[in-house]
Amino acid sequence: MGASQTRSEHKYQDLMDKTGFSVEQIKNLHKRFEQLSGNEETISRENLENIPALANNPIRRQIIGAFFDKRNQHQNEVGSFEEIGFEQFLMVMSHFRPPTLKTTEEERETMRKEKLRFLFNMHDTDNDGTITLEEYRKAVEELLSKSGAIGQEGAKAIADAAMLEVASTNVPHMAPDDFYEGITFEHFEQILKGLEMESRMHIRFLDVDTTTMRCGRSTS
Amino acid sequence: MAVLRLTRSSSGPRLTEFICVLLLVLVSVASASRDVVPGSNETWGNPARATQDDPHHQTNSTGHKKAFPVLSFHYEEVKKPLEISLWILLALLMKLGFHIIPRVSNVVPESCLLIFVGLLVGGIIKAIGGEAPGLDAKLFFYYLLPPIILDAGYFLPIRPFTENLGTILVFAVVGTLWNAFFIGGMMYGVVDLLSCLLFGSIISAVDPVAVLAVFEEIHINELLHILVFGESLLNDAVTVVLYHLFKEFAHAGTVTVADAFLGVVCFFVVSLGGIMVGAIYGILGAFTSRFTAHTRVIEPLFVFLYSYMAYLSAEVFHLSGIMSLIACGVVMRPYVEANISHKSYTTIKYFLKMWSSVSETLIFIFLGVSTVAGPHAWNWTFVIVTVILCLVSRVLGVIGLTYIINKFRIVKLTKKDQFIVAYGGLRGAIAFSLGFLLTDSDMKNLFLTAIITVIFFTVFVQGMTIRPLVELLAVKKKKESKGSINEEIHTQFLDHLLTGIEDICGHYGHHHWKDKLNRFNKAYVKRWLIRGERSTEPQLISFYNKMEMKQAMMLVESGSAAKLPTIVSSVSMQNIQTKGPARRRAIPSISKSREEEIRKILRANLQKTRQRLRSYSRHDLLIDPFEDVSEVRFRKQRVEMERRVSFNSDCDMSHYLTVPAKSQETPPVRKVCFESEHQIYTYDDSESPRGSAQASRPHPSSPDAVSLLDESPQRPSQRGALRTRGDAEVRAKAPDDKEEQDQLKLSRCLSDPGPKKDEEEDGSFLS
Repeated sequence: MGASQTRSEHKYQDLMDKTGFSVEQIKNLHKRFEQLSGNEETISRENLENIPALANNPIRRQIIGAFFDKRNQHQNEVGSFEEIGFEQFLMVMSHFRPPTLKTTEEERETMRKEKLRFLFNMHDTDNDGTITLEEYRKAVEELLSKSGAIGQEGAKAIADAAMLEVASTNVPHMAPDDFYEGITFEHFEQILKGLEMESRMHIRFLDVDTTTMRCGRSTS
Repeated sequence: MAVLRLTRSSSGPRLTEFICVLLLVLVSVASASRDVVPGSNETWGNPARATQDDPHHQTNSTGHKKAFPVLSFHYEEVKKPLEISLWILLALLMKLGFHIIPRVSNVVPESCLLIFVGLLVGGIIKAIGGEAPGLDAKLFFYYLLPPIILDAGYFLPIRPFTENLGTILVFAVVGTLWNAFFIGGMMYGVVDLLSCLLFGSIISAVDPVAVLAVFEEIHINELLHILVFGESLLNDAVTVVLYHLFKEFAHAGTVTVADAFLGVVCFFVVSLGGIMVGAIYGILGAFTSRFTAHTRVIEPLFVFLYSYMAYLSAEVFHLSGIMSLIACGVVMRPYVEANISHKSYTTIKYFLKMWSSVSETLIFIFLGVSTVAGPHAWNWTFVIVTVILCLVSRVLGVIGLTYIINKFRIVKLTKKDQFIVAYGGLRGAIAFSLGFLLTDSDMKNLFLTAIITVIFFTVFVQGMTIRPLVELLAVKKKKESKGSINEEIHTQFLDHLLTGIEDICGHYGHHHWKDKLNRFNKAYVKRWLIRGERSTEPQLISFYNKMEMKQAMMLVESGSAAKLPTIVSSVSMQNIQTKGPARRRAIPSISKSREEEIRKILRANLQKTRQRLRSYSRHDLLIDPFEDVSEVRFRKQRVEMERRVSFNSDCDMSHYLTVPAKSQETPPVRKVCFESEHQIYTYDDSESPRGSAQASRPHPSSPDAVSLLDESPQRPSQRGALRTRGDAEVRAKAPDDKEEQDQLKLSRCLSDPGPKKDEEEDGSFLS
């Protein structure tokens, strides 16, 4: 027992350094991972799609896609996985950690860039480094997908206006013939500067195990 | 007054000051005349009449018939309204004066200046020998306070408020309790315990009016603002309970455990009851607004009256009136705003701001006057100890509570934040009025003096120094939100994303419940409370429509100065549109008969369309510089635009900008201005099969009401007045559209200059 304890801590130590979670948090997430995967080593898209609570989410597909996106693993690879292991799962989750009191200004900057990069990857589906008008339109359509017909009509107009706004803010003077290729990451950062991602894009990772508290429901 | 403002010379402020002094004297005399014997009205009247044409003096013998008085003086009859108006006028002139003299208003917050003016007026009144009116508690609680709270509650920023609700509640409830017991306990030596606790409960509450007045001018970041302000609003329940509790017990003399337990129960009843009363009135108000489509003029009144009723109803049961008012405003707002017209919305906004501004001004002036007027029992030790204890307890409370709160918060509060929260704990007129309501005589004066001193200290010292301190500590300021559609899109996106991640993680967090509430709201509540199709409108689209409307208004306003608004960027839609390989040529593929039809319509409408209202296309103005702009035509367009806008905003169609939904019944004219702006620029990549009649090919993906007009790009031409606006590859709607709609659409598409890129121009369209 003692040996496996230190072994697991050692195993988690590696993950702790990479992702910044604490041991408790990693243990909880591991439990959740096993719940989702049915005690397997990896989870596939179906496992995530089977979560009932996600069914009402309009951007479900993009969220699930983000888990299987290689770009979010910070290893300069592109493409997507078929199945992911716990480490990849944790890497994706680490994008949602909040800053602490001890986080310095530069660390906050890096954190913000990371989170924005995550969002950017969610929009940039063809991985060409820019969000084109089509991709943006798709994103807005997905967002409004639960709102029926009204949503679909408005989505185009909204996406167009949004794109125009990005272009006007970042490249104020374009001749009539110029073409704005798409939103690059720098422009994306610029346009969302006001939102302060590092303070908004986070969820609470529990240090206490909640799975046992919920009386043995297998999936959320 | 505008003239005064324009004069650069020093005669401006001097004139204002002269008028202010004159008014000051007038007001003082007016209130002082309360003590004047009524009979002396005759003597007032006499000299006045004596100077008139009528030579007869009635003070002669009573036997003579009185001559008919041509001009007489009846001050008593109009005294009350006149005095009230004079006071309000004085308050407003003072406010005006402060802004004309810029140096002072930068250093000293307005509230301080107003108290100072109140002191002056009180002094003048006392010098004249009259009796200065004190701050009547009834006047304060029923007339002066509600507008301020309603203004705060109606425009409460919901998102930061709900995100920090836990923190705010802890500060409001636990913090106020701590303050009250600490101060009351420490003062024990002076008077008996219960009176001390009573005093503690009065002085411990942070005052929303003072906080608003001071914090408004320093523009700190949203988080701190909502923390202090939210605390000041929500501590009302605690104050009400403690105040009544100790007031009752001060008579009884002893407190038992049962009483304490009842006190706790009372707290829950007061706060939750207040919120419930407010929510009920809010829902009533929202429901009523659903039916006001035909009587737009009285819409704002519903909002005000329902809110006031909520406040009064809560006060009837001694529930927390402030919380009721806030709950009413918060519940009512989203539904009411979806139902009322734009003008009503503006009316509500400005009336609330106006009333709350006047109220605030009057409150501070009266505070000053009451200070001079009220009986004082000055006790050095009591007062000084009170002030020190207030500060100490506030600081200790904030530090202690933050330590606990930070264990539960995700984004922790830093030391700087704690300092600002502690320093922003200002006391104000509520404490004073509560003290005024005390019935005990000798204690009352002692307490009142101490309360006034604390108020003065916090407002003057803390109010004046907070701005330089904020600068010194480099506290984050409020960011200027420009209503960016990108930010709104991503805020929503983030909401869904975080909810999804929480679901994947498997625990029900903040986002999960918020999402559930939103869905409940959308599924059930909105259907009942919002009229028409807007009940199903997603939030992003409402936001977008609002933004478009705002921009359109701005455009009209700046356009009426007959100059182009400063266009920051020259980017237009053509810069964004994809240059797909399947770029359609500019030749419309329509049948010959159709072409003839179109040509006829064009010729008929071409002249009209020039004068008809253009759409609010930003591109209109962008492209105009390239073209031959005649000043006259431009001005005519502006006039048309203004008229059209005011026409549009009168009807509820003003909300239906780009997303008309099922609005078949609306005459197409109204859709002209706004819809076409966006519909023109959609490029459908599907190739149009040659030779097929336009009308017979319905557009695949759009519902009936939306007309999609595609325009091919055109290079701006330098031809004369009869220049065509370019070719339009018109794809009409599904065949069941009326001919008229087609016509209008065609002419509309021509009146809107599309992005002009391609130099291809079909000569056949020139006439």
